Amino acid sequence: MPIIETGKLTFTYPGSSKPSIEGVSIKIEKGEFALITGPSGCGKTTLCRCFNGLIPHFYPGEMNGEIVVAGMNVADNPTSDLARHIGLVFQNPENQLFALSVEKDVAFGLENLGIPREEMRKKVDSALRLAEIYDIRERPPHELSGGQQQRVAIASVLAMNPEVIVLDEPTSFLDPLSAKKIFEVIYDLNKKLAMTVVLVEHRLDLTARYADHLIIMDNGKVILDGEPREILSSEETRLIGVGIPKATRLYELLRSDGIKLNTRIPLSSDEMAGALKEALTR
Amino acid sequence: MIEVNDVYFTYPTGVAALKGVSLQIENGEFVAIMGQNGAGKTTLVKQFNGLLKPTQGKVYVNGVDTTKISVASVARNVGFVFQNPDNQLFSETVEEEISFALKNFGFNEKVTEDRVTWALNLLSLTQYRKTSPFMLSGGERKRVALASVLAWDPSILILDEPTIGQDYQQKERLRQFILQLQTQRKTVIIVTHDVEFVAECNPRVLLMREGQVIADGEARHVLTNLDVITQASIVPPQIAQIFLQLCDLDLPKEVIDVYEAREILVNRLEKKIK
Repeated sequence: MPIIETGKLTFTYPGSSKPSIEGVSIKIEKGEFALITGPSGCGKTTLCRCFNGLIPHFYPGEMNGEIVVAGMNVADNPTSDLARHIGLVFQNPENQLFALSVEKDVAFGLENLGIPREEMRKKVDSALRLAEIYDIRERPPHELSGGQQQRVAIASVLAMNPEVIVLDEPTSFLDPLSAKKIFEVIYDLNKKLAMTVVLVEHRLDLTARYADHLIIMDNGKVILDGEPREILSSEETRLIGVGIPKATRLYELLRSDGIKLNTRIPLSSDEMAGALKEALTR
Repeated sequence: MIEVNDVYFTYPTGVAALKGVSLQIENGEFVAIMGQNGAGKTTLVKQFNGLLKPTQGKVYVNGVDTTKISVASVARNVGFVFQNPDNQLFSETVEEEISFALKNFGFNEKVTEDRVTWALNLLSLTQYRKTSPFMLSGGERKRVALASVLAWDPSILILDEPTIGQDYQQKERLRQFILQLQTQRKTVIIVTHDVEFVAECNPRVLLMREGQVIADGEARHVLTNLDVITQASIVPPQIAQIFLQLCDLDLPKEVIDVYEAREILVNRLEKKIK
């Protein structure tokens, strides 16, 4: 059974003549690493806001169609209930952090749920370890680097032990190495804890390799939905103007020149380098 | 031209952000400043438009010592577009936003009007002329900030993280746009983490770490030098990663462009087949 399912989901912000998302029908299965991409303004962020109930509970507007998350109808359940099942991490961690210490920030969501102290301690510690920030738990979040702050935001979500974590361009303010480490933490959560991950990203060079489900949106609609390797090698994807990973692009260019490498369509430089090595030393 | 001579800068809090930086940027150059958060990139570019003045050392912009003149008069030559457009937008309409600086610089109404129309058109913002900047998307607000700077035609343009939140097509438009500015002999300086964007543009790269410049050269040299970029928390662009892994196969090492990679590989693999 899918953990997120939408049926012809449409949402229009007040004062807008055109829906921000229109007729979106997708299924995200439990344990998947789903990647959502598409040009700016394609509706990715609006869709994320529907996943945890910010739409329709906080953002006014007109919603039509169905959305069910972890068996709960989003429109009929308050965000506080949804928050136990699905957590959101935003682009800029500064907007999400406010407490005087890292661990207080991470504990905040649990405090609101009224969880006993002992249990809370355990959950917070475990979340701090998973996000690899246990050592800095007593520091004020605003003194940390952007990469560390984003880990705090992730840990705050993990403390709630949700089934799904949704991340909306979580690394755009980070340097490339910090970004890579964040993606590795997320990938670990997915592989080791079987947590469902929904990642919204423009930069497929950095992220396509982790995904087992790719959704491409354009103009509020889902244009392509399926296996990342197939989608990224399709002509249609290139035409929408999605930034295809350079390794995949190189593979396609060589194929159009009549050079067929002995590999499945590569999503990372490692896969492409391996295939080239084999071809060059054959 | 920008000339930086052994510049040190310490913030009032005691943080030493620049520790002995010397460099020259010629007119018409395209330079990308890269490095970890906190390496001193933004502090350095703020010296270029006089927003910050060196604690020690000298910065000359077009031959003028920045400590000798006001920020406003440096700004006439140096346009600065901030990372977060919201730090720079404040007017009620896009049109007012763009005309603000022009009026301050004393351009007459006719010239102001013409320059605003030109800048709106250049950045595909004409339809938003009467719109509030705050009604626009993040990417559009970034374009408004850029338009408002370009309108007064500075000879040096500094863009802090211009590709954040921009999709692939918008980045491609930005790249074309920078190329166009270069044909007009404008100096373009970007501060960025976006290695793939830099790989596509191949500008001169200044790599910073802990307040110092640790590498300075063409992108293809700098971004393929694994030792030095790792020190600056940079990951090589994907094409470079591929060629670094093929290094014992007698292929060129300094490859960052996908089309160049294609040409090299087609040559080698076709020879092999024959």
